[in-house]
Amino acid sequence: MSLLIGAFTIGLILALLSLGMFMSYRVFNFADITAEGTITFGASIAASLIVAGFPPVLATLCALFGGFLAGVITGIIHTKFEINGLLSGILVMTALYSVNLHVLGRSNVPLMLETTLVQQFESVGQGIFGFAENITIFGSMVTAGSLYILIFIILLIIIAGLLLYGFLRSEIGTAMRATGNNPQMIRALGVNTQFMIITGLGISNALIGLSGALLAQFQGFADVQMGIGMLVWGLASVIIGEALIGEKTLGYLIAGAIFGSLIFRLLVAVALRIGLNPNDLKLITAVFVLIALVLPKILKKTKLTGGLTNA
Amino acid sequence: MLDIINLSKTFNRGTINEVKSLNGINCHVEESSFVVLLGTNGSGKSTLLNAVAGTFLPDEGQIKLAGINITRLSEHQRARYIGRVFQNPFLGTAPEMTIAENLALASKRGLTRSFNWAVKKHVREELKKKIMALNMGLEDRLDHPIGMLSGGQRQALTLLMATWLKPELLLLDEHTAALDPKTAAKVIQLTGDLIRHSHLTTLMVTHSMQQAVNMGDRILMLHQGRIVYDFGGQDKQRLKAGDLVALFDEIRRKEQIDIHVAELISQQYI
Repeated sequence: MSLLIGAFTIGLILALLSLGMFMSYRVFNFADITAEGTITFGASIAASLIVAGFPPVLATLCALFGGFLAGVITGIIHTKFEINGLLSGILVMTALYSVNLHVLGRSNVPLMLETTLVQQFESVGQGIFGFAENITIFGSMVTAGSLYILIFIILLIIIAGLLLYGFLRSEIGTAMRATGNNPQMIRALGVNTQFMIITGLGISNALIGLSGALLAQFQGFADVQMGIGMLVWGLASVIIGEALIGEKTLGYLIAGAIFGSLIFRLLVAVALRIGLNPNDLKLITAVFVLIALVLPKILKKTKLTGGLTNA
Repeated sequence: MLDIINLSKTFNRGTINEVKSLNGINCHVEESSFVVLLGTNGSGKSTLLNAVAGTFLPDEGQIKLAGINITRLSEHQRARYIGRVFQNPFLGTAPEMTIAENLALASKRGLTRSFNWAVKKHVREELKKKIMALNMGLEDRLDHPIGMLSGGQRQALTLLMATWLKPELLLLDEHTAALDPKTAAKVIQLTGDLIRHSHLTTLMVTHSMQQAVNMGDRILMLHQGRIVYDFGGQDKQRLKAGDLVALFDEIRRKEQIDIHVAELISQQYI
């Protein structure tokens, strides 16, 4: 059971990553590989600031802002200098690797002895519910603390999801979606599409930076390698979510990205539990995403599309 | 209203593909006049429209609209003054977004956009009323993605969007060329109604002589980046489709003579 709660919590923290990927990949149709640098960047900023004695909330907000900045730089390289989107992302991601090493000071910073946001969630939870012992759920023991953390993370994700939904339905947000959907049309309606792409990638990477900061605090360390494979990870979540929910409207897509991350993480936890070699995890994820991208095309060709187009 | 002064544009300058698309265009368009641009392929009529819209910046010359020099403004900055409908029905609308969202986007053309809800209740009521007037039964499908509609329906909605806020200038770039004749006729009728109703200053590019004769109050005929004929007032009223076809033939004949003359000269001198 505690394995399940741990998987749930990480799944939800990474749901911020998939919301960020949703923003870049689905809104702008832009596989923004900056994500792999940004998630580490967020983790590095949060970890170093916490170790330096800053309040965890402030450290986490700085991580969010750092992510925003990284996205903005990718956006500027892509729009102002007309560099291919994937290459812009690769440039920023590569640069961030060195930046992250500088921010961390070494390749791995432990947070076990520090007070992090996650521990604060735990103690606030105990203050509210006044309960610190182990709880038995479905016949197995879990610590009350891990439940409190989960509750706070759930609240946080709900807020993030609602904010993103509200933003994308606002006048500016609809203009941003139109920028991804039909740039010529929205330019003719007076929108600066370059600005929209730059800001949109900023928001996307702010979410991813936040995800990294929370991930570092939950797992108790920040590591310079932790971003590797995260792009595909996020894509897998977005794709699973879409297949699962099947509806193409905005609210469902956002909810789908969150549930996709959750389910993906649970699948991974179960697979590892029943003996999957952890070394194969990224290979299997990549193959999964490939299948998810290719399958709809094959189905379309063989005209077996009935009801399966979203798979 | 619209002043085009000595406008020139050469594409791919200095390469084999160098094309002199606009060759010193001068023209003045009165307020609420409806100008039809005619010309063969490559005559520069669409290029002229795009120059006014700001798709590219000209090499030389000036464009003034309603007293403002817009020559150096970018495409999105000009959108405040200009409404546009494209030849390709897919270009005018965002396919994955709903009808309501598309129209809500257009209701803010050139204005500052805020964090307010895009499709507010009163906006919804207003756009429902306007769509009802199209008589296409789209008012019940406001929350459907616009990409599910036919080209004609999308073009009609694009027209509605381009004129939602009264533009200083309406640009129509062969906006019925990709439609079947029946739908094209409907869209043309809607175009005429909208322009008459709001007294819009309009530039329309077309390939159809019949449209050129039936619509508008002035015809400009372009050839090789220049305005070669300009019919306004009574001249335009008297013009028939046959006359225009004859003019086209004449232009083509002149062009062929030019080629023959060039050949003769090269034979004699080389």
